[in-house]
Formats: sequence, C-alpha cells, structure tokens
Amino acid sequence: MSIPGVSLQSGRKGGVRIVDAVKMYGSQEAGVLAVDHCTFDVPAGEITVVVGPSGCGKTTLLNAIAGFHSLSSGSIYLDDEMLCGPGKLKAEPGPDRIVVFQNGALFPWKTNIENVAFGPMMQGVMSRKEAYEKARAMMADAGLRGIEDNYPGEISSGVRRRVEIVRALMTDPKILLLDEPYRALDSLTKSVMHEALLEIFYKNRVTIFFITHDLEEAIFLGHRVVIMTTRPCKPKKILDIDIPHPRDYSVLTTKRFREFMDETAAAVHEEATKAFAAGEKER
Amino acid sequence: MTGLAKWPLKAAAFITGEDFWRGIVAVTVFLIFWEIGSRSEALFGFSFPWVGQVPAPSAVLKEMYRLILEPSFWHSAYLSTARVLEGFFAAMLIGIPLGLAMAVSRTFYGISFPVFEVLRPIPPLAWVPAAIIFWPTQELSIAFVTFLGAFFTIVINVIGGAQSIDVRYFQAARSMGSSTFDVFRRIILPGVLPSIVVGATVGIGITWAVVVAAEMISGGGSAGSMGGAAGGGLGFFIWNSYVGGSYTQIVAGMISIGVAGYISSAILRKVGEWMTPWLAEG
Amino acid sequence: MSHPGGIASAAGNADGHVSTFALTMHRVLLWLQSPRPYLMFIGFALFLGFWYLSVEVWKLPRFAEMPGLTTVVSEWFSKNPTYGLSIFMEEYYLHIWVSTRRIAIAFFLATATGVPLGLFLGWSIRFKQYVFPVFELLRPVPPLAWVPLAIVMFHGSETPVIFLTFLASFYATALNTMLGVESIDVSYVRAASCLGAKRWQVFRHIVVPGALPFIFTGLQISVGVAWFSLVAGEMVSGQYGLGYVINTSYTMVRYPTIIIGMITLGIVGYVTSAAIRLLGDYMMQWRTRELALGGDR
Repeated sequence: MSIPGVSLQSGRKGGVRIVDAVKMYGSQEAGVLAVDHCTFDVPAGEITVVVGPSGCGKTTLLNAIAGFHSLSSGSIYLDDEMLCGPGKLKAEPGPDRIVVFQNGALFPWKTNIENVAFGPMMQGVMSRKEAYEKARAMMADAGLRGIEDNYPGEISSGVRRRVEIVRALMTDPKILLLDEPYRALDSLTKSVMHEALLEIFYKNRVTIFFITHDLEEAIFLGHRVVIMTTRPCKPKKILDIDIPHPRDYSVLTTKRFREFMDETAAAVHEEATKAFAAGEKER
Repeated sequence: MTGLAKWPLKAAAFITGEDFWRGIVAVTVFLIFWEIGSRSEALFGFSFPWVGQVPAPSAVLKEMYRLILEPSFWHSAYLSTARVLEGFFAAMLIGIPLGLAMAVSRTFYGISFPVFEVLRPIPPLAWVPAAIIFWPTQELSIAFVTFLGAFFTIVINVIGGAQSIDVRYFQAARSMGSSTFDVFRRIILPGVLPSIVVGATVGIGITWAVVVAAEMISGGGSAGSMGGAAGGGLGFFIWNSYVGGSYTQIVAGMISIGVAGYISSAILRKVGEWMTPWLAEG
Repeated sequence: MSHPGGIASAAGNADGHVSTFALTMHRVLLWLQSPRPYLMFIGFALFLGFWYLSVEVWKLPRFAEMPGLTTVVSEWFSKNPTYGLSIFMEEYYLHIWVSTRRIAIAFFLATATGVPLGLFLGWSIRFKQYVFPVFELLRPVPPLAWVPLAIVMFHGSETPVIFLTFLASFYATALNTMLGVESIDVSYVRAASCLGAKRWQVFRHIVVPGALPFIFTGLQISVGVAWFSLVAGEMVSGQYGLGYVINTSYTMVRYPTIIIGMITLGIVGYVTSAAIRLLGDYMMQWRTRELALGGDR
C-alpha cells in the first residue's frame, strides 16, 4: 500500500514517514511504553533533527527505522515503500539506511580504508580494487588523506567519526541515521564536526535523520526540528527552521537563531524537568 | 514484590521457557547415546570404540542409589569436602590481604609480584613431594597443595579488581574528608569484592581438582608413592574402584565429585551475589 | 586542513606509520627507567636469600630435610650430577620433550575443537540452548577424576594422559571463546548489517576478529590448565615427562632433582604461556598499537 509520499514532490530519495508508531517493551502489564503513537515526516533531501531528554525513546524510533527493533504497532515508510508495519513489525537492516552510532562503530581490527571499503565489498557490488579506489577518493575528498592504513585506535575520536560517515556514504544510502554521534566529543571538536557534516550534506544531498539532546546543535543543523516529550515519546512541537542554507557558524549569532532558541527552549526545558522528576536513567 | 517472593515466579518462568526444554532434550539425547554406546557389545555384537567400555547410565544410577545408603561413602565425601574447605579458606585468608597489599603499595608489588609470577606456572601437584618433605603430616601437605591451587587465582583476581577501581572514587572520598582507614573500608573493600567473588568461584573449582588429584596420588598412583594410607576421600574412592575393577563405581564417584564441586561453586556464587547487591541488574 | 593522523604521525616517519617494533622498544625503555627492575631484583634476592639461609645456614627445624639452594643449583648445572639430571644430561631434555609434546598435541586438539564450539555457542542462541547444558553437565568433574575412566576407555598409557589434558584445556578454551563472542559490542554487528553484510559475513569479519582478544586470554589460561592436568596425569600413570620425574625423584630420595623438576616446569610453563601471548599480540596488531599509544596499563 502506498501513501502519497514525502519524496515525490522533491524528487529526492530518503523520505521517511512514521505513522502512529508505538513501541512497548515487555509484557502488557509490566511493560514500558517507549514510543506513544508517534506520527511525523522526515522530508527527503533534508536534515531532520529530533530533540528530547535522555531515555525518552528517540533511539527506539531510530532503531525501528534501521531495522534493529520491531514496532509494537504502527508503520514506517521509506520513499512510499513500507519498511515495517502491520504484518511485518520489523524492518530489515540495509545499506539504504545507514546508522552512525553514539560511541562509534568503526571496526577496531580493520584499518581505516578496510573499514570504508567494507560496505560495497560485502554487498558484492564492487571488486576489492574498485572499492579501495573509491574509498581512497572519498576519504581524500573529506580531507582524510594519509590515515588510510592506520587503525581506528590510532586516530582521534573526531577523525574516527568522520571516517565512519565516509564509510556510511560509500554505499550511497538514501538516508543517514545519526544517533547522538557527537555526544562524546568536546564542544570545540563538535563545531568542526558540524561544519564537516554540512559540507558532506551539501555535496550529497542525502536525507539525514539526526538525534540529539543539544538544542543549539539541532537548530544549527536542521531544516526541521522535532521536539519530543519525555518517555513515552511523542512529537511535542515541530519547527521548520527557515534560516537559509548553506549555513556556517556565523549563523549562531543571528537574531533569527536566537528567536528559534527562545521558541524551543521553554518546551525543551519543560520536558527535561519532567524527565528529571521521573528519574530517567542515562543510557 | 520482595526478593524472596519473586523466586517461585522466576522458577515458573524458567521451567516454561524454551531454554529449559531444549536443555532437557539435549541431555536426554546425550544419555540415550551413552546408554546405547555402553550396551553396544550386547546390542550390535561389537563394541563401539571408547564408549563401549563405559558403564551404562542405568547401571550407574543403580550404583549411586546403593552408595547413597552407605555411610562409608558419605565419610569419603566428608573428608574431601573438609580438605577443600580448609585449603580454600586458608587461600582466602592469606591471599586477599596479600593481594590488597600488592595493589595498594607499588613498592611491595614491585618486590613481590615477579617472584609470585615465577612461582605461579608451577602446577600445584608438582609441589606435592616438596610439601611432603616439608610438612610433618600427610594431611598438612595435602592442605598446603590445596591452598596453593586457589591462592594464585585469588591473588591475581584481587589485584585486578583493586586496580580497576576508578581513581575518582578515591578522590571523591578524600575531598569529603575520609581517613585512610575509611577509604580502605568504604572504597577499596567494596570495590574489590566482585573480583574476590570471581576469584573464589574459580579458585574453589581448582581446589576440588587438586584435592581429588592429591587423594588419588596418595592412595594409588605409581606404586602408592606418596607413602602410607592416605585416609580416603572421594579421589581415593575412585582410584580404589578402578583397582577393584568396579567400573560403575568409578563413574558414580565422578558424578559425586562433579555434584559436590557444582554445589560449592553455586553456594559461593549465591553468597557473592548477596554480598554485592549493587551489582544486581535493575 | 591540519594533518589528521594525530599522535601516530607525529611520532612516526613520513607517511605517519610507526612500526610495532619501535613502539615495543619504547615501552621496554620506559620500563628500564622506572624503579621496577630494581624492585624485582630485591624480591628475588629476598626469596632466594631466605631459601639459602633457612636450609643451609640457620638450619631451621622444618627445613631440615629440604634441599638447599646451593645443592640444587650445583646439581642443576653440574656436568656429572649425583642424581642423574642436569642441563648437561640428555635425559633431562628427553623428559622436557615428552611433556611438551603431550601438551602440544592436547592443546592443539583442544583449540581446534574448543574455538569453533565456543564461537557457535556465542553466536547462535539456539545452538547454545541445546549444547550448553550437556557441556555444563560434564564440566564440574575435575580432570584427574577422569583418569580411571580414561584408562578404561582408551588403550595404552599415552592416550589417557593426553585425553585428560585435552579435556581441561578444551573447556577453558570453549568457555572463554563463548564469552568473547558474547561480549562483542552489539553496535559492531548492527553496523555491519547496515552496511549490507550477510550473517556469515558478519561472523567472519566481525565476530571472529572481535572475539580474538578473549580467545587469546582463554588460550593462555588453557595452556596453564593443560600443564596442571598433564603433571597430575604423569604423576599417576606415566613414563617419562616432568611430572614423572618429580614423582620418582621423591620415591628414589633424590630430593634436589625434585626442585630441578619444579623449576623446569615453571620455566617451560611460563614460556608456553608467553609464546601464546606474543602470538596474540602479533595477530592483533591493532590492539597492541592502541594500548602502546594509550600509555601504560
């Protein structure tokens, strides 16, 4: 069954539509409701950022899109095709939806270039030689020349994150799913990472679904910001950020930016206080 | 729901889970193969290699039933258990403080650890003759060797545990004005407790292995080389069964030791969990 | 754009690559400059000194019949040993060889069966549900308790001893391998699935290399356990071998030889364990380098 899509209009790929998603962990009586009838769109070719207090269930949504968790009910569509829904509650993980993890998942036992070339080689779409050539080119493009033969353990965590993103892009994904990828980095490195991510986005126009609890990061990066309630999560407020792209860090001091911050800060703070009162555990 | 009231529920959940039934299936299949294998001579006219010589589970079961009613068997079990506990507690009593000292003082560690590491690869049983020469009674030499078995494991685990205590706990305690003794009692001891439990659980397994070996060597082995009647125990019991040609008794003895070893490990693990409530999953 | 290589490139040659050898040498140098070698020396001096003094000088009561340090050392290095065993005697090396050979066979078999079993136990929950209970059922029986049964089951005197050793080693290896697989961060498996890897590819590229550190720790434990069982087996029913040497030295009242046997066991045991550790370090270059760059500990 197809639903008039979020992608058809823009002609780009990677649009995700979440319809009435519900996720309950555990049994009916003693379970934990993580996602409570969530419905929202992730437009193709744009950056959508989901903000919410820790433990609210946003990672569960990301995992459902990626295919790591099943939904209890509801459905998710990618480019008008059903990823999961009634009759098929769990999507299959695939190279069209690649995840970049919080603590990084570059394989420590492979060199950087082996990591980057991993996707196409596993899928069999490229020979080893072709995959390495493309990997080298993409790494050079991202300013990562010279570390191809090092192991991830030998480079700094910021650089590791960038290599991981290049690895994700090698397979030409429709949508990139980022789960608080810059959470563990210091704020100086973070700002470099943000500009690097935007650079990649402008080149590739891949759809990006980004989870964070940092409001400033969300408004800076996103075309659209979805503010979630505390667990169980549900969109509380959806904002279309009309600050024009391409953006750089001068945007942070503009009046429009401050207006958005004011508009969202109260909502986010309210949810954060609720989460604190409920004694949410850090994940 | 209190912790105790949860047990029947947990037990019920476990028994009805697929975990349990698949395990039962596997064990049953195993027992069937064993039974067929031991009877292969009678059933097929030729005996399977290896398994063909082993007494059948049905015969072993009968033997176990008989043994449970015999007081001499329980006496042997008692002797072995006593030896295990002696050696084990001695190892804990000496090993834990030693390990803590080594973890706390870099100098002490630097002096003693290399010697410790050099002695560690020598298998405990290799110490038996030296122990017999040194200690006045046979019982003490067995106890010493048993002690050695668990000692090394416990010390290594204690050191590892103490070293992995996050340094920030110390800093927090100091900034709140704790004395050195307080730090020891409230940071180091609880921090090391999980590792002690691990070391103890592994150590007691080793202790059983050593006791059984020592009993066998004392009672049997190359012409009863260790001299004198060793005074029984389950290891001696097994060896005796072999010498006497009663194969079912051998297997029955093995099972008894296995059960005893398992029970002691399980008890230790439960005690360990009780002593470290903060580790239980929420 | 500043150079992305970080520490590794700063310390290394033009293309940013530091050899593992150089890193190891660096660590050795640090060690030599610390107080540790000297403390180590003090420790050994105290230990050996006590042994020497208690037996030969003070003649403490308990130590009366113990062979003294000088006796053992002179015997061990003598060209014409009183009791027949020294580093110059061929028989000495024969015993070492026999024991080592048994260990090698048992260990090799245990690794060849234990590692694959452990990998499957960790990887497939269904497999574990069926196999693990049987595995756990047999485990609590100590190695030496198997001796009589092994003698009954297998023919000859060599096979039971090797079987014992194999059994103990097998359990240690399989268990540690299983734990290794189970402790792999699930993010790696998920990342691989995302990137399009099929299940067997995940197994080959993620599970096996990811479990390798645990496997090697398990192998070191396994070799230690193997020596333990081997010596027990040799003392009870063997001919030749270091366990046998220690046993017979006692019955034939050749006390210094007992100590020589013990020391030799310690050395050989340590060497085998270290060899495995070095092999592991070599195979897991990525880890060695990560640890070296991360500093001590």
